[in-house]
Amino acid sequence: MIVIIDYGVGNVKSVTNAVRYIGCETKVSCDPVDIEAADGILLPGVGASGYAMEKLGPLADVICDIAKGGKPLLGVCVGYQILFDESHEYGVHKCLGLVEGKVIPIPVGRIIPHMGWNYVKFGEKMELFSGMGEGRHFAFAHSYYADITDPDAVVAYTDYDMDIAASVQKGNIFGCQFHPEKSGADGLEVLRNFEKFCKGVKC
Amino acid sequence: MLTKRIIPCLDVKDNRVVKGINFLNLRDAGDPVELGARYSNEGADELVFLDITATIRSNKTIIELVEKVAANVFIPFTVGGGITEPDQIGELLRSGADKCSINTAAVMNPQILAESAKRFGNQCVVLAIDARRTKGVKNKWHVTVKAGSEPTDIDAVDWARRAEDLGAGEILLTSMDADGTKAGFDIELTRAVAGAVDIPVIASGGAGSLESCYDVLADGNASAVLAASIFHYNEYTVKDVKDYLASRGVAMRPVD
Repeated sequence: MIVIIDYGVGNVKSVTNAVRYIGCETKVSCDPVDIEAADGILLPGVGASGYAMEKLGPLADVICDIAKGGKPLLGVCVGYQILFDESHEYGVHKCLGLVEGKVIPIPVGRIIPHMGWNYVKFGEKMELFSGMGEGRHFAFAHSYYADITDPDAVVAYTDYDMDIAASVQKGNIFGCQFHPEKSGADGLEVLRNFEKFCKGVKC
Repeated sequence: MLTKRIIPCLDVKDNRVVKGINFLNLRDAGDPVELGARYSNEGADELVFLDITATIRSNKTIIELVEKVAANVFIPFTVGGGITEPDQIGELLRSGADKCSINTAAVMNPQILAESAKRFGNQCVVLAIDARRTKGVKNKWHVTVKAGSEPTDIDAVDWARRAEDLGAGEILLTSMDADGTKAGFDIELTRAVAGAVDIPVIASGGAGSLESCYDVLADGNASAVLAASIFHYNEYTVKDVKDYLASRGVAMRPVD
C-alpha cells in the first residue's frame, strides 16, 4: 500500500485519482502509524516550500526517519522541492535535507512560471523511468528549481534555456519536479514504476 | 524545449458542454465527463472547464461535476466561473482542479489575485480576461466582465501587467470579438498582452483553421491555444492540430 500524505497543501485529489487509476492500493493519511505501515510514501504538494514545511510540522521528522530507514519516498512538485536542504522561496526555509541541494528561483529572462510540457532526458539508472526509453514529455508548473549538489543523486534534466532538474533519485528517495499525475500515459507509467519499486522493497 | 500547449475548453451550463458565438446563441456540445476523458486520452495538453453560469460559489452540483471530470483527466485541469473567494479555490483544488481561473472577481477586487497566489502558489492562479476591441481606436482593447456582458474602461494590456504584479501565474486571454466565430484569433491583442508580461498567455477565441492556431503561436507569441468548437464538433482532433503545428516547426508534445 502507498500512503499519500495529506498535509493540507495542494492537489491531493489529483494524485489520488492517478494512483487509484493505475490500480494501486492507496490510503490518504497524515497518521504516522499509516506512514510507518506503508510500502511507500507519496508526498504531493503545490504552492510555496516554506508553507509546505510549516504545514508538515512534526510529520517532517517522521518522514525523514523512515526514508532514511529505506522506505521508498516519492516527492512531487513542492513535495519534491522540500526533499532538499533548503528553499529560497519567500525567505530561506530549512527543508527535509534528504538530498543535498537548494531550491532557488528560475532566472528571469524567460517566461515564468515554467508552465507546460517539456522533454525530460533520463538515464537508464533511474527506476522511475524504467522501460521508457531515453526521454519523454512531462507537465511542469513551477517558478523555483532545485540546484542539486548531492554526489549520490542521479538527476534527469529538462531544457528551459538552461538545464533544470526534472527528477532525482537517491537510493530509495525519488522526486519529480513535474507532475506525473498530470502527465498523461507517461506520467501514469512513472507512478507504476514507483509502485513496482515499493513492492520490491519491504520495510 | 518547452512545447506549446493545445487546450480544449469545456464551457459548461446545466451539466452540459455548450458553445455559442460571441458568448451568445448557445448550443449543446456534449457531456463534460465524456469529453474531458476523451481530450485527456487524445493528447490534449491541458483541459479548461468554465462554468459559464458562474455558479461555482453557490452550486454544490458544479463541484461534484468537477470531481467527476477530474477523475478521468490526467493532464493539468483548470476550473473557473464565478470564483469570488480564495476559499473556493481551495475547495476546487480538493475536488481535483489543478489551477483556477478568476475573471470578474479580480476586476472588482484585484487583491483576490494576491491572496490566492500567496495561499496556493501563482502557478495555480489564472487570470481570465475577456477583451473587446475599443471602437474607433486602433489596437486598443478594453476588459469586459460578467461573461462579456458588461464593458469596463480598463485597458486589457494594462490589466494583464497589473495582474502579473499581483501574482497571477498565467493569463487566459479571450477575444470577445472573435469568440466562437472561427474566423481566427485576434493576433494583435495576443501579441500586445504577451509582450507586456513575462507569464504565459493562453490565446482564446476564434480558433477555426489550423493556420490560425499557427499564427497566434508564431506571430501572437502565445504559449498555448485554447479551442472549443473545432474539437467538440469533430472538425479537427487534437492530433490533427498538433501534427500540423509540428510540421510547421512549432514545438509540440507528440501524440501517439
